[in-house]
Amino acid sequence: MIRVGIPNALFYYVYFPMWKAFFEELGLQVVTSGKTTKKLLDGGVREALADACVPVKVFFGHALSLKDKVDFLFIPRIVCLNKKTVYCPKFLGLPDMIRFGMENMPAVIDVRIDTRSKKNAVFRAYYSVGKLFNKKPELIVKAYLKAKHIQKVYQQYLRKGLQPPEAIELIFQNKKPRLTSQSGQLNFGIVGYPYVIHDQYISVDIVNKLRRMGVNVKTSDNLSPLNLKLQRYNTGKRFFWTFSERTLRAARYFSNQKKKLDGIIHLTAFGCGPDSIVDKFIQFDNGTNGIPFMSISIDEHSGEAGIGTRLEAFVDMVKRQKRSEQ
Amino acid sequence: MRRVTFPHMGESYRTFKMLLNDLGNEVILPPRPSRKTLNLGVQHTPEFACFPLKILMGTYLETMEMGANVIVTSGGVGPCRAGLYAELHKKILHDLGYNIEMIVFEPPRLYPFNFIRNVYKLNPAKLSIKAIIECIKRAWRKLQALDNLEKATHVIRPRETLSGATTKTYKKVLEWVDEAYTTNQIVEAEKAALDELNKIPQNPERIVLKVGIVGEIYVLLEPASNLEIEETLGNLGVEVERSMFLTGWTRDNTWKETVEGMTVKEAAEPYLPELIGGHGRDSIGNTILYAKRKFDGVIQLAPFTCIPEIVARTILTSVSRDYQIPVLTFFLDEQTGKAGMATRLEAFVDLMKRKKMLLASGS
Ligand code: SF4
Ligand code: SF4
Repeated sequence: MIRVGIPNALFYYVYFPMWKAFFEELGLQVVTSGKTTKKLLDGGVREALADACVPVKVFFGHALSLKDKVDFLFIPRIVCLNKKTVYCPKFLGLPDMIRFGMENMPAVIDVRIDTRSKKNAVFRAYYSVGKLFNKKPELIVKAYLKAKHIQKVYQQYLRKGLQPPEAIELIFQNKKPRLTSQSGQLNFGIVGYPYVIHDQYISVDIVNKLRRMGVNVKTSDNLSPLNLKLQRYNTGKRFFWTFSERTLRAARYFSNQKKKLDGIIHLTAFGCGPDSIVDKFIQFDNGTNGIPFMSISIDEHSGEAGIGTRLEAFVDMVKRQKRSEQ
Repeated sequence: MRRVTFPHMGESYRTFKMLLNDLGNEVILPPRPSRKTLNLGVQHTPEFACFPLKILMGTYLETMEMGANVIVTSGGVGPCRAGLYAELHKKILHDLGYNIEMIVFEPPRLYPFNFIRNVYKLNPAKLSIKAIIECIKRAWRKLQALDNLEKATHVIRPRETLSGATTKTYKKVLEWVDEAYTTNQIVEAEKAALDELNKIPQNPERIVLKVGIVGEIYVLLEPASNLEIEETLGNLGVEVERSMFLTGWTRDNTWKETVEGMTVKEAAEPYLPELIGGHGRDSIGNTILYAKRKFDGVIQLAPFTCIPEIVARTILTSVSRDYQIPVLTFFLDEQTGKAGMATRLEAFVDLMKRKKMLLASGS
């Protein structure tokens, strides 16, 4: 059977259910690279440019680990999906970086998706991928519809408060998340890129760490597109990178939830170009409306200890503040 | 009283000063970026902001101290951060208590009204449209003259017999162009300046290497930000050809960028079919064109954390292998030191020399 590799990094946290469903429906085998590990990251750090951001290094590591296990790597060139904002330049050049930045990589499927240029760009992209494998049009259409359906289910789980890794496990392994009931005493919002927040290795599993400290967590991924769309932020000019814009809107949304939220955390990636500006704008944009705010930068060796201590200190501070207000 | 300032980019300030004066503005000249500029900039910008953003921040703060209250700059549309610089600078300056006005020029082709509105704001002399166009044309000619002088130094410096002669003469003749006002004067000054530069004694025997320079526009155009790399290379006996000039770059943006029948875009296509913003694709395309033109090497200049140039560098690994052209990259920030750079450059020059001799003996 033809094996298609999907690295568990970057877009994985947003579109994996759709991709997996699509390929499997076409009768192809999907191979993933699994969770980020030290070994995996080391490979990425070695292969990627030292100046690249951590998430791209992670992606290199995952792609590398799939090298001898698959016939194709699926790295679509996602340019624009909402007709307005585009993805960070590193996403735009991602397939090329993998193809030309490492030696002897498997063939890369780099179908381009840009909803500004064509009608039904997304369907067309999937269709051309199906054609690449010589599949019949009916089968491709069927696979696409199935994939769309799964993606919808996935998004519904996210809206209900599951985090992406939990929702993915629930869909494909029918594994119920341990902590669905939100019973902590505090409520936090976490904003940032999904591939930073939910990569449990580089984020030192911040979500579960907070939960164990008695904090209920909502992330940017739990907010509905409509809610995000309604947020006004004031940067004078449209932010043109999708994930960064989304982070800004999520921060705005959370900061309007003063009654329900006790803290906001911005998780930024070491070496990320856009983040440096996003973080500054979050702080300028009326701050977070008085809700305690902290930004944490994640890097290759951020390590349990450092971040754990900072989180504890922050949670303690919020608790104290809350008690004194009562 | 409105006092206008703008970013410092190489010698271009000479032109902008003239143009803004013509339109009746009082101009505060931006000083050449220095240690102090960098320190100021670094202090007031986020850690991972790109280097140009930090330098500009420093420059603005320096000119604010000198009394400037209007900043003229360019915007640019994504997908890169440059488009957001102006907004961020404005917010930071306001936050620091400076009451400044920011006039941001967007590409006139896409935003004709923005262009006209901005020109109107900068025209206290109330010149007619026709007169303004005249002024812009004259300024453009001056900019071209400045670029031509710089290009001449790139060819002459590696061949000079008296070390330092080119830089000295260049400094002198720049003033001639600076003082020229009418178009005729500018053309004459340019000619006299080029003649003067060509009088510098040269050693025709010297084996000169040719190196193309690619990368992000600001660090290419502002020698202070790249530690005068072109001068250092010239002194090492390397003739450089820079892929971007203010006049050249603006032309590329407006007309089709043809080099030897193949555009930069076409050259880059097999490696990077997507326009990724900034000048990432140009870096790849130009490297290939330099290789085709048998240059001895390419140097890429990029600001630290510069997204498009990081993408380009990753891909250049393959380009360098496929086209057998050495590529050296500098990611520049406030910590880059001149000594370290010189060591790397010397090693690179040695490598290119050895390769050249090997090729010569082989054929
Ligand atoms: S947005 Fe930041 S973290 Fe994400 S790929 Fe771009 S530079 Fe890297
Ligand atoms: S091209 Fe590079 S230096 Fe320019 S804005 Fe983008 S990241 Fe910054």
